[in-house]
Amino acid sequence: MAVTADHNIPNRSPLMAFLSRWLLTTNHKEIGTLYMWLSFVLFFIGGAMAMVIRMELFQPGIQFAEPLLYNQMVTLHGLIMVFGVVMPGFVGLANWQLPMMIGAPDMALPRLNNFSFWILPFAFTLLISTLFMEGGAPNFGWTFYAPLSTTYGPPSTDVFIFGVHLMGISSVLGAINIIVTIFNLRVKGMTLMKMPLFVWTWLITAFLLVMVMPVLAGAVTMVLTDRHFGTSFFAAAGGGDPLLFQHVFWFFGHPEVYILILPGFGIASQIIPTFARKKLFGYHSMVYATASIAILSFVVWGHHMFTTGMPLTAELFVMYATMLIAVPTGVKVFNWVATMWRGSITFETPMLFALGFVILFTIGGFSGLMLALVPADFQYHDTFFVVAHFHYVLYPGAIFGIMSAVYYWLPKWTGNMYDERLGKIHFWTAIIGVNMTFFPMHFLGLAGMPRRIVDYSLQFADFNMVASFGAGMLGLTQVLFLYIVIKTIRGGKKATGRVWEGAEGLEWTLASPAPLHTFETPPKFPTPEEDYPRD
Amino acid sequence: MTKNRNNQRKHTILLSGLAVGMLGFAFALVPLYAIFCEVTGINGKTYAQEIDDTPAVLQVSEREVTIQFLGQVGRGMPWEFRPMDTQLKVRLGEINLTSYYARNRATQAVTGQAVPSVSPFYASNYLHKIECFCFTQQLLEAGEEQQMSLRFYIDEDLPEEIKTLTLSYALFEVPELEVASLTLTNNLQ
Repeated sequence: MAVTADHNIPNRSPLMAFLSRWLLTTNHKEIGTLYMWLSFVLFFIGGAMAMVIRMELFQPGIQFAEPLLYNQMVTLHGLIMVFGVVMPGFVGLANWQLPMMIGAPDMALPRLNNFSFWILPFAFTLLISTLFMEGGAPNFGWTFYAPLSTTYGPPSTDVFIFGVHLMGISSVLGAINIIVTIFNLRVKGMTLMKMPLFVWTWLITAFLLVMVMPVLAGAVTMVLTDRHFGTSFFAAAGGGDPLLFQHVFWFFGHPEVYILILPGFGIASQIIPTFARKKLFGYHSMVYATASIAILSFVVWGHHMFTTGMPLTAELFVMYATMLIAVPTGVKVFNWVATMWRGSITFETPMLFALGFVILFTIGGFSGLMLALVPADFQYHDTFFVVAHFHYVLYPGAIFGIMSAVYYWLPKWTGNMYDERLGKIHFWTAIIGVNMTFFPMHFLGLAGMPRRIVDYSLQFADFNMVASFGAGMLGLTQVLFLYIVIKTIRGGKKATGRVWEGAEGLEWTLASPAPLHTFETPPKFPTPEEDYPRD
Repeated sequence: MTKNRNNQRKHTILLSGLAVGMLGFAFALVPLYAIFCEVTGINGKTYAQEIDDTPAVLQVSEREVTIQFLGQVGRGMPWEFRPMDTQLKVRLGEINLTSYYARNRATQAVTGQAVPSVSPFYASNYLHKIECFCFTQQLLEAGEEQQMSLRFYIDEDLPEEIKTLTLSYALFEVPELEVASLTLTNNLQ
């Protein structure tokens, strides 16, 4: 790797050189790599917890996990997947790609970038270490509702709170960095409305992060002071209100779920035009749709709380506002379909994952519409139907988005093509596994199986067994994914600079693998009549 | 390039300000929520009313409604606590007096705070308490018992469809902070 030569300082042991390279790096590509690996490692840890859950639910009765352990697994699985896998995964992609896509030499605040990454390993070490503490790990679900987390929380709740604080600081700093980069370091001629959509969706996501992560920090701080410093934010005894917790939490929580999906929309909007060999249909409407989804996300948090005794007018407002979100989302889905219309489509692995994303995310969107209906939600609330819904938008949504981005850009990062045959096997096992795991959960929920409970009654046994088999398949195939990634890093067919025949954008004008330092002299951004320069 | 640097600094500062502002907003949600509930009566919360607010002469209407009383204690609260009347038939605008019985079963003094809740919640703005043990914290010595009085009237504008309303009190042990700080002050003296 010639590109690392300038980082090797002579007369140092290889270990010190390795450590100082990765601990002190301010290079956006190296930090991007660190984020991706952290996300990958936590993906397997969170996935192992999911396996414990599915093993326990394989049959009725209590087999492997006592209720307390089961609840800890549910809590940590949720926290790790949301804060440790999807968010760092997207931030890693942003670090690698944003500077290359906007023609910048690096992120605007490189040292801050290093700091925001290196907080995370400590935050997750803290979070995972709670498993070994007296009283066990947090067991109240990733939503940590009061009083479960205040009056009834185990001692390790305080460690969890500190971990969430660290993650919040990391996300906010990362988001500030991304916004400043996009606003200031675009190549001359790239106006906002000429930015690639991945950049646009990340810009909007970063604004959501800056606005809601501090609210989460406020919520955990209030839980902390309620636990130890005698305040009564959420304690009725001191004049507080447990319901207030849910308002504060979901004011953060609903924008948060869009933080988890908007960059995925951006990824699909990059990949589908490439493999359909057409320009993205409706670029402007894509931008406006993303922005309106983000704005609407601030007024719909009440739909998580329909059954808490909200007044009817509030329920109606939230219901209509939630259903309104389906409009911009539908605009996006139709735009993707229209992009493919009469395109000359090929089905390489990134395209397959992007198509899986569009189709299965839409199913998740539809079950979301069902949950938005107040009277229907009274039946679905806290059942497996909700579990099915959010796994459909998060697994084939966010996670497939990250996977398709990895397949799409991995040749650019490593200089090698991945193994197409293995990639296809990975895709088909993953999509069958996803549907086998999460589709039966719709039926379980409609039939009344509650979520977050270790045991269930006999009539739910068959669908649960199917879901557990699917989960096993889905989990195993990710080991194949790890193998494919490592194999690609170690070698393979050399990739060209453009990699994909239909790829457009500044990042494809660079050599593969992308040199450590790129665009130190700004590239020329082509006018609409020109093509990108080719190598 | 300096212009760009200045812009970067400006944007970084503005965005940090936004983040800090949102942290403040999270805490501002607490009073906002309380005000919102008080104005709309959501959550069945009823709030303390000064006696001065009560009109000197109340219009007593012919309409009668039933008011039921409930009392529960929070987890770990060592008090016996129940209403003396479980149910009263009252006329709108008429001032009524009832009381709750409380006894501290613990071997040390315990301070309690009763938190009221009215159901249906939209009736809560029509139930006016003139005198209530829930306005203040109650201190009972070990084994002490007490009848705690409640004086109230129901507004004559109570919506027609309400025939029965329920006033429920949950009694909580006051968090130890104040007790602890008192002990600390005494020790220091």
